[in-house]
Amino acid sequence: MLRGFSSSLHRHPWLRLVLLLALPMLVLVVVYLGALAVLLLSAFWSTDVFTGDVVRSFTTDNFREVVTNDTYRTVILRTVAVAAAVTVICAVLAFPMAFYMAKVASPRARRLLVVAVLTPLWASYLVKAYAWRAMLAGDGVVNWALEPFGLQGPGFGLPATVIVLSYLWLPFMVLPIYAGLERLPDSLLEASGDLGAKAGRTFRSVVAPLAFPAVVAGAIFTFSLSLGDYIAVQIVGGKSQLLGNLIQGNAGAANNLPLAAALAAVPIVIMVVFLLLVRRTGALDNL
Amino acid sequence: MNLSRGARALLAAFMVLGLAFVYVPLVVVLISSFNVDRTFGWPPSGFTFEWWNRAWDNPGARDALATSVKAALGATALALVLGTMASFAVARYRFFGREAVSILILLPIALPGIVTGIALSNAITTTLQPLGVNFGLFTVVVGHATFCVVVVYNNVLARLRRTGGSLEEASMDLGADVVQTFRYVTFPAVRSALLAGALLAFALSFDEIIVTTFTAGASVQTLPLWIFANLARPNQAPVVTVVAAVLIVASIIPVWLAQRVSSDTSGGRL
Repeated sequence: MLRGFSSSLHRHPWLRLVLLLALPMLVLVVVYLGALAVLLLSAFWSTDVFTGDVVRSFTTDNFREVVTNDTYRTVILRTVAVAAAVTVICAVLAFPMAFYMAKVASPRARRLLVVAVLTPLWASYLVKAYAWRAMLAGDGVVNWALEPFGLQGPGFGLPATVIVLSYLWLPFMVLPIYAGLERLPDSLLEASGDLGAKAGRTFRSVVAPLAFPAVVAGAIFTFSLSLGDYIAVQIVGGKSQLLGNLIQGNAGAANNLPLAAALAAVPIVIMVVFLLLVRRTGALDNL
Repeated sequence: MNLSRGARALLAAFMVLGLAFVYVPLVVVLISSFNVDRTFGWPPSGFTFEWWNRAWDNPGARDALATSVKAALGATALALVLGTMASFAVARYRFFGREAVSILILLPIALPGIVTGIALSNAITTTLQPLGVNFGLFTVVVGHATFCVVVVYNNVLARLRRTGGSLEEASMDLGADVVQTFRYVTFPAVRSALLAGALLAFALSFDEIIVTTFTAGASVQTLPLWIFANLARPNQAPVVTVVAAVLIVASIIPVWLAQRVSSDTSGGRL
């Protein structure tokens, strides 16, 4: 029977394709897209003020609320600003590191450095956020180290959130850039040098354009991960709120799923626009 | 590139500073786990093994660890099956909607975890609970699998693209059937990619907190949920720090494994 099955598979490539795709698509389309679709649909519903039950009648009130409510607008803008700041900080920190790893370090050192950068990626997210709580606390390491200079650390708040998110997502930026730079042949850099370009010019005209898709690939991670985060800000953010906190609060304590869904549509729209914008750079092949 | 000595030194300095930024907080946690002081003022006033003993005897942390391992194993197994199938389909066939398939697989990791979380939580309450399936380990496994598929898929797809289809064609031309070809040609070629993908999937699932919060319900507590719940309790702080220190040390294991199974220096794709 196995033989018969095998030979019919051999004769019909489309049958192989269907068998290969059926299960993954079933799970992802039904479970994931289905859940996502229902969520987005429920953004057009409302909740009964008295019972808290979801009322399934079409309304755009939730979206109007998200766009017009000053608190929500402030939090959304703040979240986008935090995500952008985190992405820029990660890129600025990661590029020289990745460049040193890929083009300056000896092959032996390179392997060790990749391991050194990669290891913290496997350490738990919560552990890393917790580590920064110990760093930034009133009598923590940062204040202790800055004290002799008469300075003080940022304490808990929005700046601390930006630091911690940059810390958390830094390896997600280093690795794509490193992989992109490693693929960049040394001969191109030598050719540029032979043609009379100094290091700065080679960097501007050869390295930067070719490495750009890799930076964007890293930015997809850092931006998306920052956009939805609500844990780090709870641990080191003091009283500051980000979009994730609003979504979580409405989905949980406030029991207003339709409003949470409308708020959740914001990061989805931002990420879809972001992905569409960067598709032409070839960043998606660098993930 | 002909870098001046100054430029090289500057890049090296960046590298050292970057690594310091990455490692100092982790080392601080390791040292703090031996700190006598309950509030972890810096510098430590003295050292003790007491917290390590207490953490070892902590039943909550032990149970949570076991739950996390179970959930991660389940999610990894599911992701391996689904991710491998999808990567073969995309690598070896041309069909309408191929781009859509790869975007669909990427979506759960590209969208913020909280979106995935409330979408799944809502789907469980509205469709699964009426069918008698409640929040529990099963829903956690499925929830984690949705975003673990992509790492297996990416690793296997990259390997399949590199090896090409000619070896499989040669095997078929020499008379092997589809099953034999898979067993003797295709599978050995992708084995290390599968391992790299599985390691990443396991780590992603083991570490996940946001999706877990929304899919676990009240009865299941994974290690991240346990840590988060105990962060708010000051008298638990020493035990939490020890658990954190253990997890930091444990993160060396997957890196070591990845280096062994894969000649690729980056030890897998994200």
